[in-house]
Amino acid sequence: MRSELQLFPDAASSLAGQVDALYLVWAAVSVFFSVLIAVLLVFFFVKYKRRNEDDIGQEEREAPLLEIAWSVIPLMICLVMFVWGTRIFFDIYRPPSDAQEYFAVGKQWMWKFQHPEGVREINDLHVPVGQAIKVTMTSEDVIHSLYVPAFRTKQDAVPGRYTTLWFKATKAGTYHLFCAEYCGTEHSRMIGHVIAMEPRDYEQWLSGSPAGKTPVASGAQLFQTFACDTCHRDAKDPRPARAPQLAGLYGRDVTFADGGSAKADDTYLRESILNPGAKLVAGWQPIMPTFQGQISEEQLAALLAYIKSLEGTPQQASAGGNGAAADRGTL
Amino acid sequence: MVNPAPGQASAGVAGHAAHPALQHHFDTLEQQKESASLGMWMFLVTEVLFFGGLFATYVLYRLRFPGVFAEASHHLNVPMGALNTGVLICSSLTMALAIYAAQVNKKKSIAPWLIATILLGVTFLVVKAFEYKEKFTHHLVPGPNFDLTQFSPDHARPAEMFFSLYFVMTGVHALHMIIGIGLLSWLVVQSRKGRFDSTYYNPLEMTGLYWHFVDIVWIFLFPLLYLLGYHAR
Amino acid sequence: MSHAVSTDIHAPSSGTNYLNNGYGLRSWLLTRDHKRIAILYLISVSVFFFIGGIMAMLIRLELLTPEGDLLQADTYNRVFSMHGISMVFFFLIPSIPAVLGNFLVPLMIGAKDLAFPRINLLSWYLYIFGGAFTLWAMIHGGVDTGWTFYTPLSTQYAQGQVMMAGIGVFIAGFSSILTGLNFVVTIHRMRAPGMTWFRMPLFVWSQYATSLIMLLGTPVIAVTLLMLVAERAFHLGLFDPRLGGDPVLFQHLFWFYSHPAVYIMVLPAMGVVSELVAAFSRKPIFGYKIMAVAVLAIAVLGFLVWGHHMFVSGQSIYASTVFSLLSMLVAIPSAVKVFNWTATLYEGSVSWDTPMLYALGFIGLFTIGGLTGVMIATLGIDVHLHDTYFIVAHFHYVMVGGTIMAYLGGLHYWWPKITGRKYKPFWAKVSAMLVFVGFNLTFFPQFLLGYMGMPRRYWSYAPEFQVLNVLSTAGASILALGYLLPAIYFTWSMRYGEKAEDNPWGAVGLEWQTSSPPPTFNFHETPIVTHDAYDYHHQRPTIAAKGEASLG
Repeated sequence: MRSELQLFPDAASSLAGQVDALYLVWAAVSVFFSVLIAVLLVFFFVKYKRRNEDDIGQEEREAPLLEIAWSVIPLMICLVMFVWGTRIFFDIYRPPSDAQEYFAVGKQWMWKFQHPEGVREINDLHVPVGQAIKVTMTSEDVIHSLYVPAFRTKQDAVPGRYTTLWFKATKAGTYHLFCAEYCGTEHSRMIGHVIAMEPRDYEQWLSGSPAGKTPVASGAQLFQTFACDTCHRDAKDPRPARAPQLAGLYGRDVTFADGGSAKADDTYLRESILNPGAKLVAGWQPIMPTFQGQISEEQLAALLAYIKSLEGTPQQASAGGNGAAADRGTL
Repeated sequence: MVNPAPGQASAGVAGHAAHPALQHHFDTLEQQKESASLGMWMFLVTEVLFFGGLFATYVLYRLRFPGVFAEASHHLNVPMGALNTGVLICSSLTMALAIYAAQVNKKKSIAPWLIATILLGVTFLVVKAFEYKEKFTHHLVPGPNFDLTQFSPDHARPAEMFFSLYFVMTGVHALHMIIGIGLLSWLVVQSRKGRFDSTYYNPLEMTGLYWHFVDIVWIFLFPLLYLLGYHAR
Repeated sequence: MSHAVSTDIHAPSSGTNYLNNGYGLRSWLLTRDHKRIAILYLISVSVFFFIGGIMAMLIRLELLTPEGDLLQADTYNRVFSMHGISMVFFFLIPSIPAVLGNFLVPLMIGAKDLAFPRINLLSWYLYIFGGAFTLWAMIHGGVDTGWTFYTPLSTQYAQGQVMMAGIGVFIAGFSSILTGLNFVVTIHRMRAPGMTWFRMPLFVWSQYATSLIMLLGTPVIAVTLLMLVAERAFHLGLFDPRLGGDPVLFQHLFWFYSHPAVYIMVLPAMGVVSELVAAFSRKPIFGYKIMAVAVLAIAVLGFLVWGHHMFVSGQSIYASTVFSLLSMLVAIPSAVKVFNWTATLYEGSVSWDTPMLYALGFIGLFTIGGLTGVMIATLGIDVHLHDTYFIVAHFHYVMVGGTIMAYLGGLHYWWPKITGRKYKPFWAKVSAMLVFVGFNLTFFPQFLLGYMGMPRRYWSYAPEFQVLNVLSTAGASILALGYLLPAIYFTWSMRYGEKAEDNPWGAVGLEWQTSSPPPTFNFHETPIVTHDAYDYHHQRPTIAAKGEASLG
């Protein structure tokens, strides 16, 4: 961080260079057209200055070619930039498969982070250089937005759902981390730093930090604390299942009792824990209690991490067992 | 003069003996009437968009919580809603008859038909008030007093939202009814003064358009809120 | 009702006009004359402009230093929220339509008044009523949600007078619906004989397109604010995630109106600039029909691009892709308009009067505002720039560099018609230069700040952003001076200004064919239109116009 005049931000992520290139080309195009218009205006303004009070302008000339040119050329430029910009956008929002999963919660007015190794931080986020990092985030209250200018990326944290952002730091250093979505009184103090470190330094930092449980481990514990395991039984459990098995569930398609279906992603799992009856899996009875208001965002994230870590083949609802619609007696 | 402006073409129809209802800035009564009716239709378009925002919200949440909305709709009073639907359809008829009376120059029958329309409108509001009261006594009004225990546990919160939508949508509709009744009352006074006849009944027609529109909104509200998912009991 | 004045209609150039036709307060507050209502609007939007301007100055002063030392954080948040609310809802949206549009639309199409004069007056009262609610909210603690009222901040967490401000904006919305309705009906039904659609001045076209947006967009924000107020007041859960509601739905509904609202602000400005460029080049606007169609195209496309405010909100990336493409398409009619204005000057007889300076300023600044708009419609860049000062700079280039430039240009152009008086051209030119220089100094540094990553709505900021912020504040002081000057010399001219001729600029257009100021019913006899708009060749102005030269 420097305090003298700076006119261009640090570029420290794998995507920053691409965004800058797009921006600079756009800036050049904008300068070109702005200057062109300005020069023409001033030139005509001077050249065709009114000489006598009752002068009038020349009659209008037709210039169809010119008109076509100045409609089509901007259109072409826009289309090219659209394609280019959209490709970068997809890169910005599609994390690579080897990304490490971090978790973030925004609340008035701080950022809470958790590393996959379990280390927790507030407002500061240490990351290793050269490693893709995916941050899954939500908010406890209002909408916030996680913004790291040096990485040229940003994502709103919305209460009630998960959103993600990813980056790969390319240069060790300390970079600003801002809340970009106005969130109330201390919005401008909801700031911190991303500290990108060489992998070795990062390992050292990790080992020196008070290690909490990993999210998977604390999720496993919560799974028992909340007695999830009494119904969501392990496949090896000889007793008949009372609820769908969760192993291998993540990322699969789920069919609901009312005929709909959805992919079991973070937001779906979250909703199923908080509001189980809203999207009941076909073939099961709505016996699960709601956990709305009884579980914190961090606990939810840990449970999700645990569920995601369960591997195996999920059994979709047994066809013969419980007739879905008939058993929804409470509805 | 290639293409004369509307209204100007027929100047002279009423030009020599200005109708008492002709406003100073119009040339003819016809131009005045066309303007009013275009204006009213434009206004109704804005009303469609106004209710459209509510309907869009309703549809989005219904898609998100189909089961909840079906369950919650069972707490609405379908017979009362059906009664109100009938009442409003009748009121549209009496409104149309009031305009017809003006068109055929039966000046004496205009006010009675308008009064009938008002009475039907008031009936609707009274029934609605009873429905609201029922919701109050059953603790179905969203907010701290909302009784979540009447719903299956995971449906309770979105059910509260269903009732939020119910109150906002029917409340805004009722507000439109009240405004309509106000307009009708003003028309009763005007028609008693003999302002309307077959040459001039513009305000009647405009209010009629508005009244029919408010009816049609109810025709959409009733099935959306009361009936959809009713069979799933 | 109008018997007392109806005799004036046929009085040829007697001294009676709409201004001296009654002096009492009643004659103003109960008037149904569109010109007097325009004056009422002129006074009231100016009040809100100065309130919003004072807030803007407070913002800029606070940002002189990185530490938040002038205002408390909470105060700062209320200041920028009230700046946005007064400027957007109570100045920019009504400014050109309700002041210049109200005054000029009937004059330009040769009508005696708007179609619904009483509704026109009602819409002013609604504006005042809504404004009163908002002022009440400002005095009793203000609002700390930003002008965008995002949920759940506005519904559950904000402390200010959100409900009162929401109700104020809601009511003012109906004012703009009624104005739009009046314009559409007037333009459809009340054109003078011979005034065909494609003979209408482009200002009228732009008012028509604007009115359509007002009619189709405003009801949606009205009902959205209603839901928001209901949620805050009665804890209905429509946008509350804890009840299964979706806070992002609010954003969709909000921007469905508020993006088209941007065009409510800028299309009338384009109309004004078309009038200025034609009058001060004494030439028809290049590609008149395309210009007319382009405003309609922008109005229609404007309804399809709201999602570009939400690229980082978590909306589907495919939806974002579509919104990005549609947003870029808006650039095409806008670019065509800029090129056509520029081409109009070519071989014109270009006057150097003040309104023309404003018009040129508009074209240049709107070009920058538009180009940066396409930049941030580009997905890959917007992720970085969203909610930074780049956005602030971009929309101020369009709203202030565009709309306010055009509004001031229009006021200078039609001032002699509105008041029957002339202002001092020297001071007018000085103020035009101050506005242009001050504006660029204020907002250009903000582009750089934005790309550097300074988020908007920050009360304190990192030290490396300071130099550019100081430049910006310096510019704002110059800009403020540039805005104060016209307030002074316009007021001065109303009493001491030289009497204006009927057509001081030597312009064509029906509004210049009646006296200055016009009589109550606009024309001594209904005009018959025989020429296209801006047809200087066949309608060589009969009055040898001296323009400002006579005074300078």
